[in-house]
Amino acid sequence: MSPTPTRKSLLTTYLQVAPLTLVLICFFVVPVALVVVVSFFRYQMLVGIVPDFTIRNYVDLLTNPTTWSLYISTLKFTLIVLVITFVLGFWIAYFLVFHVRNLLVAIGLFLLCTVPFWTSNIIRMISWRPVLGKEGLINNALINTGIIDSPLQWLLYSDFSVVVAYVHLFTLFMIVPIFNSMSRIDKSLLEAAIDAGATRWGVVWNVVLPLCKTGIALGALFVVTLVMGDFFVVSVMSGGLSGSATSGIFNDLQFLNYPRAAASAVILLIVVLMIATAIFRLVDVRKELAR
Amino acid sequence: MSASHSYGSRPWTFYALALLFTLFVIFLYGPMIAVLILSFQGPSASLVFPLRDPSLMWFDELFNPRRVGDVSGAFGRSLPLALIVMVLTVLISVTAGFAFRRRFKGATAIFYMAIASLIVPGLVLSIGILVTFRYLGLSANWYTSGLGAHLSWALPFGLLIMFAILGRLSPSYEEAAYDLGASKWRTVKDVVVPIVFPGMIAVALFGFTLSYDEFPRSWLTVGTKNTLPLEIWTMTTNVTSPALYALGTVTTVVSFIVIAIALGSIVIIQRKRSRGK
Repeated sequence: MSPTPTRKSLLTTYLQVAPLTLVLICFFVVPVALVVVVSFFRYQMLVGIVPDFTIRNYVDLLTNPTTWSLYISTLKFTLIVLVITFVLGFWIAYFLVFHVRNLLVAIGLFLLCTVPFWTSNIIRMISWRPVLGKEGLINNALINTGIIDSPLQWLLYSDFSVVVAYVHLFTLFMIVPIFNSMSRIDKSLLEAAIDAGATRWGVVWNVVLPLCKTGIALGALFVVTLVMGDFFVVSVMSGGLSGSATSGIFNDLQFLNYPRAAASAVILLIVVLMIATAIFRLVDVRKELAR
Repeated sequence: MSASHSYGSRPWTFYALALLFTLFVIFLYGPMIAVLILSFQGPSASLVFPLRDPSLMWFDELFNPRRVGDVSGAFGRSLPLALIVMVLTVLISVTAGFAFRRRFKGATAIFYMAIASLIVPGLVLSIGILVTFRYLGLSANWYTSGLGAHLSWALPFGLLIMFAILGRLSPSYEEAAYDLGASKWRTVKDVVVPIVFPGMIAVALFGFTLSYDEFPRSWLTVGTKNTLPLEIWTMTTNVTSPALYALGTVTTVVSFIVIAIALGSIVIIQRKRSRGK
């Protein structure tokens, strides 16, 4: 941070940040605000959206047991995926940062993990079909080796395949921030801990883990919001059998019932924001990033 | 302890984690490779292994709009959109990144707005933008509402990357350059840009791919004509031939070319710089 900004440099600063602010206001703040407004409107058959101030959409949704069961199912997926991606992400980052001795090799392996992030999610979902399907690679291998007689049905179009796809798509979001915080840890700290008599496990638990909490928090933030807000992975990977918190939105939109879709969206937003705030309470991400 | 550069035999944890890492890489790439191979399936049109009579027929089918959807049209929209998003993301997030190096009123608010834009569910934003455009009497189009939707997701990513990059650019470097008599322009050209440039390429890569592959935020915002991920989504429900895999192969190849260009140019820059020392 430069000491006391002059008036001229302050103007430059505002000009520099103006385009970002403008785009975010037009394509994030205003749309989200409108969603909130429309969620209080009324939907009338054949007429469409009628401006109003009613909480009926919310009452409808919150008294509908389907909403609750969908949210419970989504929270269950979120929790399972969060645990798996965290364990995978932490140990993979740990391996890259502390076990791979050659920096170039570490960067190469890190890139190997991140390349799929830059390819299409939908294609990566579809690519599980020939692997997990009834005549897929895993079932064929298991049958050929005589472990099972008939194909396992639960591999594809099940909760299992949904979790597999989430882990496949989102583990990257854990690896990258954890890797980033881990690689900033001064290695002499670990040596000091060892010299002071810490066990290897003790070092991981008492030194590495606390120093990675920003990375873990950011990763968790990504994973939670991506899973909570997902509609497409669940519907492709469960074959339409499972729903998600967003299924209601999808259905309402097909009947052009924008007000109720908006109310669903607002509820989802509130839940996601609550989780995000809880994470931000634990870690001051901005301060840690600027470090 | 393996953690340090102390030498000697590796602990058992190294081998355990190396195994975990290998399995993870197989998990990441295995299915993609399966799709790649199966896109060369022969006329049996089987969606699973084994591969019979390898051919290129499904690639041919792909660009034959009578059978499959409007793949070439979707590609012709997705590619320019991704390029526009890329350029705008670099310009906007790099300049904003520089602004955040100073303290200014509203910095925290803008920062949290960007983070919120990153984590707001894509579907919510999609509905919001659609409703906004309806009220303004505008029709949704890939180059208006679609572009904005993609930017609302690519810009915060770009900003976070710039934070990471600029964190390494200590203001004392610039002060040193001024003290040694460099002009403002010279400082930017010879001190700031060389440090920031690889990061800018990373921002460009994110901008391009986030837009090129984006689905939830495109869903309601691109209007009546689909972008590529939406076209693939429609195909998953109504195309039951290896043409779907062929499309997967084509888009993945495009992504890989973009990644290779980005990473390759970062390597070249770094090498040039270390040679210049």
